[in-house]
Amino acid sequence: MNKLITRLFALFVLTLAVTAHAQLRVEIAGVGANQIPIAIAAFGNESIAPSQVSAIIKADLARSGYFRVIDTGSVITENDAVNFADWKSRGANAIVVGSVQRLQDGRFDVRYRLFDTLKASQLSSMALAAQPQFIRVSAHKIADDIYEKMLGIRGAFATRIAYVTKVGREYHLEVADSDGEGVQLALRSNEPIISPAWSPDGTKVAYVSFENKKPVVYVQNLITRQRSVAANYKGSNSAPAWSPDGSRLAVALSRSGLTQIYIVNIDGTGLHRVSNSSGIDTEPHFSADGQTIYFTSDRSGGPQIYRMSVNGDNVKRVTFGSNYNISPRISPNGKTLAYISRRDGKFQLFVQDLSTGQEQRLSDTVKDESPSFAPNSQYIMYATESGGRGSLAVVSVDGSVKQRLTTQAGDIREPTWGPFMK
Amino acid sequence: MRALTSVFILSSALLLAACSSTPMNDKAPVVDHSGADARSVGTVSTSSDALNDPQGVLAKRSVYFDFDSYIVKPEFQSVIENHANYLKGHPDRNVKIQGNTDSRGGAEYNLALGQKRAEAVRKSLSLLGVRDSQMEAVSLGKEKPKALGNDEAAWAENRRADIVY
Repeated sequence: MNKLITRLFALFVLTLAVTAHAQLRVEIAGVGANQIPIAIAAFGNESIAPSQVSAIIKADLARSGYFRVIDTGSVITENDAVNFADWKSRGANAIVVGSVQRLQDGRFDVRYRLFDTLKASQLSSMALAAQPQFIRVSAHKIADDIYEKMLGIRGAFATRIAYVTKVGREYHLEVADSDGEGVQLALRSNEPIISPAWSPDGTKVAYVSFENKKPVVYVQNLITRQRSVAANYKGSNSAPAWSPDGSRLAVALSRSGLTQIYIVNIDGTGLHRVSNSSGIDTEPHFSADGQTIYFTSDRSGGPQIYRMSVNGDNVKRVTFGSNYNISPRISPNGKTLAYISRRDGKFQLFVQDLSTGQEQRLSDTVKDESPSFAPNSQYIMYATESGGRGSLAVVSVDGSVKQRLTTQAGDIREPTWGPFMK
Repeated sequence: MRALTSVFILSSALLLAACSSTPMNDKAPVVDHSGADARSVGTVSTSSDALNDPQGVLAKRSVYFDFDSYIVKPEFQSVIENHANYLKGHPDRNVKIQGNTDSRGGAEYNLALGQKRAEAVRKSLSLLGVRDSQMEAVSLGKEKPKALGNDEAAWAENRRADIVY
């Protein structure tokens, strides 16, 4: 009897966990100027899997803004003969075919081939075996492969995002696939959570939690749920940023009376101060090579973005176009700086080409915050407001492709795009 | 005889009560009877901690700031003095000073701005002799708005530092 109650309770909790956070809805608001027409067939036997693989691939490629998906209206497996001339005449430059099989051990084996219809040749093929709950990841990995073979740039569909939702009085730190599906709850709290940041290996998240009536920096292992304090000094502790090797965090601490940038080992040891100003220095962010820290400082009056070497030397101002520039993020390829700039009372997403210094506004919303690059440097996710509620938006670095992610209920904020993973 | 004694005591008490010119003991609590009827009961608390008095000067625990300002205005000096006096008299008591900002701008930069407000109050208390070990200045940034809304009234309410015991 007790066992039954326990089981019923477990089921109830599980149901709660699934229904407590509604899925994100993605709207595509803009696409690239040049779209590659690509035919994607229904995969053989794919209805046996919990998710429809070909549908996920289609949605990924359409959302990217750089593909025009042509529905084949039929099943074509990787073993079928493909009539290239036929698909070429139907306007497809490439065609994707495949199948799904259940293996003896319960995993699903997804096989796919990508053909160039113009050259009548195979561009790529893959076979991916995954547990049922990871079938979506297999589909995203195929979309990544297609994106890379067709555009010459690594795809980022199989990556994840983390963000904070506020529903009623509760704050949730959630993790989802890059398309907003497969939401998982990492932390639930009655106090605010801000500034989540992924470890470079994608297994941990650092964040700021106010659960002790003040901001404290934690590191949480997403797999084991183990949580440790990385910085809890007198005053405020905030703005964690991972070093590219995953061993250290740059943080903003007010222990000296001024908010300044420090570096600390992940386990909380080895604290040392890096920045040295008589004002605010905050929002540190490492360059991809780990040698430079970009940060926000009000040393010249209003907040501006500066950079310095990791030991605090060679401080240089980077932004000038407005008297309020905050939240620097450097693209993983080192070419672009994304930041939030206030102009005419509007807080908007801007990028600066770091080689030319040229600025470009990428958003037309007015309450933008928290930019974050996709690991392939091609897209920026940021928080904004729509209909009086927090929502997330994604824009390509050239500004042409635009998407918006919203939830049915509540606010969504503080997004951060996770790294490439195996 | 016993009845007579009772009558005597009662009349003496009435006489005393009626005699308004009787000098009051300086240490006796001042009780305002204006408008109160004969059956009203006032409460006297044996707790000597002024912090618990909802009508006392220590009940005011917020310092408000102007837009983009981190300077304690003269009108809030008395709030700070009252808490400084209390904290100096109660060295076992500790406070958190929580700085807040309005909702405009980035979360982390606002956290740093809220910290400046908390620090301004902490420094004022420190100048009045409160020990550093009794105080911690922290920021809630724009994360815990007291007033919701996107107008000047709400923003002004949120440009604030609170002294929290």
